Amino acid sequence: MTNNVVVRYIPLLLLAILWEIAPRIHFVDPSELPPLSAVLKAWWSLLLDGEGHTFLAVFFKGSLWSNGVSSFINWFFGLGGAIVIGVFLGVFMARYQTFDDVVSPLVKALYPMPKSALIPVMILWLGLGAGSKIASIGLSCLLPVILSTYNGSRGVEQTLIWSARSLGATDRELLWEVILPSALPEILAGIRNAVAISFIVLVASELLVGQHGLGYLISFLGEGGVYDAMFAVVVTVSALGFAADRAYLYFMRRTLIWRE
Amino acid sequence: MERVNANWRRTLLRSSSVILLAVAWEWGARMHFVSDFLLPSLSSVLTRLFEDIVSGDILVGLGLTMLRTLAGFTIAAAAGIVIGITIARIRVIRWFFDPVVSVGNPLPKIAFLPIFILWFGVFDWSKIAMVAFSSVFPVVVATWAATESVDKYLLWSAESLGVSKRQLLWQIVLPAAMPQVFTGLQIALPISLIVVIICEMTMGGQGLGGSMMTSMRFADSPGVFSGIVAIAIVGSLVVKAMELIRKRLLVWHEENAH
Repeated sequence: MTNNVVVRYIPLLLLAILWEIAPRIHFVDPSELPPLSAVLKAWWSLLLDGEGHTFLAVFFKGSLWSNGVSSFINWFFGLGGAIVIGVFLGVFMARYQTFDDVVSPLVKALYPMPKSALIPVMILWLGLGAGSKIASIGLSCLLPVILSTYNGSRGVEQTLIWSARSLGATDRELLWEVILPSALPEILAGIRNAVAISFIVLVASELLVGQHGLGYLISFLGEGGVYDAMFAVVVTVSALGFAADRAYLYFMRRTLIWRE
Repeated sequence: MERVNANWRRTLLRSSSVILLAVAWEWGARMHFVSDFLLPSLSSVLTRLFEDIVSGDILVGLGLTMLRTLAGFTIAAAAGIVIGITIARIRVIRWFFDPVVSVGNPLPKIAFLPIFILWFGVFDWSKIAMVAFSSVFPVVVATWAATESVDKYLLWSAESLGVSKRQLLWQIVLPAAMPQVFTGLQIALPISLIVVIICEMTMGGQGLGGSMMTSMRFADSPGVFSGIVAIAIVGSLVVKAMELIRKRLLVWHEENAH
């Protein structure tokens, strides 16, 4: 088993070795691709450089921590808000025909819009701080969550609803014990899309404007020409995105375990 | 008669939200509930959009944006389909790409943008490369899954009839995998558009994203809003176009049976 895992990931190891060697032997320009060891060293010093400016800086000195915390706050509130509001609206649309008739054309018209186009409008409305980022992330993630909840709740078998009703379920019980559980697989799949979108919009909005966040750190280091540190932050953001997706996948499988 | 009436009411109801939003936007802006800067009236935004179309400004931007999108998307599609098929059929390739794809697919590729700027400069190539890099993974994953799931009986019967490897690929594997591959492309194209707009916003210059950012910096809010309207229209046209192409291309497939 362990042996299998090792063999499986050998290609990644090879790529890492290539990353180390190619700049060292000047196969590629080291200023354009710093060797892996230099990037790791820069990463370590970013953890400890003591430029923190949040309340947590007392414990975690280092620009990676402080910017990571601001990014996390934007991400958490943007995505969290989108999930709560999106599930609520999606269920509501699926349950009430009139509401559905009014709202769904709007949702469907806006769904294919490239989400990144919202960022400048949000900056215009909410300024350069965290508000515009949270709003951009929230609005971008909202539509996938609404649509998957809507489709999931519409797909609930009518016989399930009738049986629950005939057993005397109230509206609230019907929602929590019949509709939401049977719509759950689709809702969770929609949220997985939203997680991917949230990272794109988070990094993009921080790259564009502002003074905090990992995206800002990337562009700041890039403009300053500190490329080994810039690569270190890019690798960190990628690793976080990857970890978020894997953790979510694990959570999704655990949650849906009762479905065979 | 009642049926007709009900249908009318339904249509009216269905368009009411869009109409209501438009009216509220125009009215709210005219009553100055919020400043002109934060919310220019719908009519001024549409006038601006119309002026930009007539003067050709927006067409140049639109052309550049679409050119970058389609160039990157085409590279991603071609590379993704080739990689996907070879992963499914050649063992060494699968050994190499399997971990690369499973790690690369969920990465937030946009974080690599400054690296691509460093490597390819601030002009078209970095944008095209960024688009290709971001949208290649969904194509690979879809093509891989599609090629794996081609009906074994189809392959066996074709082989027993003595087709060559090349014929097997072009006449059996590719057509059978086509619907799923196309679904991958339909996922990849909106990603391409999102990414190209982010690239244009960060690097500035011409293109829909770039001009939106310029308008924002000059506090020209009708420009920002007309930009978002233009981008929204382009986005839905592109999605619609892919659906039409899918119908045309897969006309033989049972999904278009009725």
